[in-house]
Amino acid sequence: MRVALFVTCLVDLFRPTIGFAAGKLLEQAGCMVEVPRAQTCCGQPAYNSGDRADAKAIALQVFDAFAGYDHVIAPSGSCAGMIRVHYPELFADDPVNLPRAQELAARTWELVSFLVDICRAETVTANYDREVTYHDACSGLRELGVKLQPRRLLASVTGLRLKELPGAEVCCGFGGTFCVKYPEISDKMVTDKATDIAATGAETILAGDLGCLLNISGKLARQGRRIEVRHVAEVLAGMTEQVPPIGAPR
Amino acid sequence: MLATSRNFEANARAGLANDNLQRALGLARTGFPVRRRLAVERLPEFEELREAGRAIKDHTLAHLDFYLELYESNVAAAGGKVHWARTPEEARAAVLQICRSVGAKTVTKGKSMVAEEVGLNEFLEASGITPVETDLGEYIIQLRHEPPSHIIAPAIHLMKEQVAETFRAEHRALDPARSLAEPRQMCDEARATLRPRFLAADAGITGANFLVAETGSSIIVTNEGNGDLTQTLPKVHIVVTSIEKVVPSFEDAATLLRLLARSATGQEFSSYTTISTGPRRPGDLDGPEQYHVILLDNGRSRLLGTEFQDMLRCIRCAACLNHCPVYAAVGGHAYGWVYPGPMGAVLTPSLIGVEEARHLPNASTFCGRCESVCPVKIPLPKMMRHWREREFVKKLNPPVYRSVLSLWAWVTRRPTLYHALAELAARALGWVGRYRGRFRSLPLANGWTAVRDMPAPEGRSFHSLWAERHR
Repeated sequence: MRVALFVTCLVDLFRPTIGFAAGKLLEQAGCMVEVPRAQTCCGQPAYNSGDRADAKAIALQVFDAFAGYDHVIAPSGSCAGMIRVHYPELFADDPVNLPRAQELAARTWELVSFLVDICRAETVTANYDREVTYHDACSGLRELGVKLQPRRLLASVTGLRLKELPGAEVCCGFGGTFCVKYPEISDKMVTDKATDIAATGAETILAGDLGCLLNISGKLARQGRRIEVRHVAEVLAGMTEQVPPIGAPR
Repeated sequence: MLATSRNFEANARAGLANDNLQRALGLARTGFPVRRRLAVERLPEFEELREAGRAIKDHTLAHLDFYLELYESNVAAAGGKVHWARTPEEARAAVLQICRSVGAKTVTKGKSMVAEEVGLNEFLEASGITPVETDLGEYIIQLRHEPPSHIIAPAIHLMKEQVAETFRAEHRALDPARSLAEPRQMCDEARATLRPRFLAADAGITGANFLVAETGSSIIVTNEGNGDLTQTLPKVHIVVTSIEKVVPSFEDAATLLRLLARSATGQEFSSYTTISTGPRRPGDLDGPEQYHVILLDNGRSRLLGTEFQDMLRCIRCAACLNHCPVYAAVGGHAYGWVYPGPMGAVLTPSLIGVEEARHLPNASTFCGRCESVCPVKIPLPKMMRHWREREFVKKLNPPVYRSVLSLWAWVTRRPTLYHALAELAARALGWVGRYRGRFRSLPLANGWTAVRDMPAPEGRSFHSLWAERHR
């Protein structure tokens, strides 16, 4: 299978390790991984700000960048959901481009659900001797049904003990531009999330979306808590030794 | 009701700083969602029921003119009268005319969000008629001169101690020695005060959860029985409701009632489901002598055929409020008008204008929990996004936001430039943050760093590293 990695703009800028972890997991699952250079962002900031024209222009660029691959994989439920669920909506009134949007949507996946649901991966080879808890990022959970797949793979990580997070399905308050448009409300939401995470006693919080992780990490750090924050792909790929947790000193 | 939706940000800050509100919301956060989940788990066909509910409402909305006229003719056949009201003014005038025609001095009221929407209480008071709310929550907030903060639990923003204080301040006959520590005791106190008011009322005003076209009936659900006393004891029963409440048949209403109670409170059925068809008939033992229905449009018919039509499926269960993390953070008053939470974020701009209500559809993370619990599958986030699209076209967003967005989109469409800038930013921020791994403050990012740290980038962009390793 020839797959294209959609790195996502946040991973590109903040945490390339997640992109390399995704590449490693995909290769372990038997995929030939390529990274089209013409990719930037999925256009979600424009789409969710009501700017359909820019969102469409960016989507057309994504169509071209990822044409011809068997599958397109993003280490993010939010960006994969944008392509899978929202591109067809964006072009619903555009008969010329709608087929392209639907065609791309049908072969675009969130990383971990692709590994489990399509590649039929049941285990990974990784070691992480920690008690961890897991936050279900909203778009992956509710738009793409990502819930059991990460838990199944995490169960095969040597040493890892998963302690479920109460309210794991409640939003962390990131919400793209929401977190800077309404910082006080976002603060209340992420404070509640950080409090719930701390109450589990887990040493590490994992999730599948970097936006949520930046938000959660930033709040845990501001509260002075020493809880490690990582993307689930880093743990599944066994790459936790290569880079400190998100927001931690080098 | 006078809207303060324009001040959403300030309203939200006030809500976040209100300790009593935060304590009350903390209790509600788990209560309603847990009860709903348990009720849904007990009903294996709940998903099919949601689909059936959606289909009933879609069918009715597609033929709304037909069912409304059928409903009107059947109300008339049962001896009642429908009063069409395009605007809140027309609705208020119709109620006043009916009240004056029987010389009404006091009216009892069951909970009606449409009555809140048209500002009925203030209007009746100004016209010399005393309205008495009889739903316990509505009664409490009427005593406190506050608007409702929730569409099925209007006083949910209050702790029980505040309710006790209110009763002590407002009930002059209340013995100071009498305990009001427990909800039961407050309920008894309210009941004792309200009972003579029920008997003295000249007219009773209720809302309607559903209107049944095939029989001309109105249906209300309550858990207190106050609606029954409101609509059967006085000489006149006035139903104040809106056009999208109509459904074709009793069968349809029964399907929606099964969804409503489970979605709202986690009950299988509300304690009281009361059906009214016209006034008292010859030989009936009780019931009103007159039966009137005020059918409000107030902008709803304008939504038909638009991207907002699905909103008219709403059956006002409040599941979306109960599962919304933004509502749970700021409370209902922040939304500044009658309808809060996700359903309000879509409906309010439709009814009072997107200029006034611009913030409401923006104050969402699009987490999607509302849509996932909606009993009639209204795509609430999608419709909030449609409001954002209208705002964008009308240039209602702050100019700085538009400029930044436009610049970002311009760069995003130029991959070579984008990658160069991403590498530059990753290197610069990564270098500055190389020891601590995060920033406590960052220029131009105050919205983020005011409340949380910003993790520092690793120091190189993914695409630069990938290009180096795959040359």
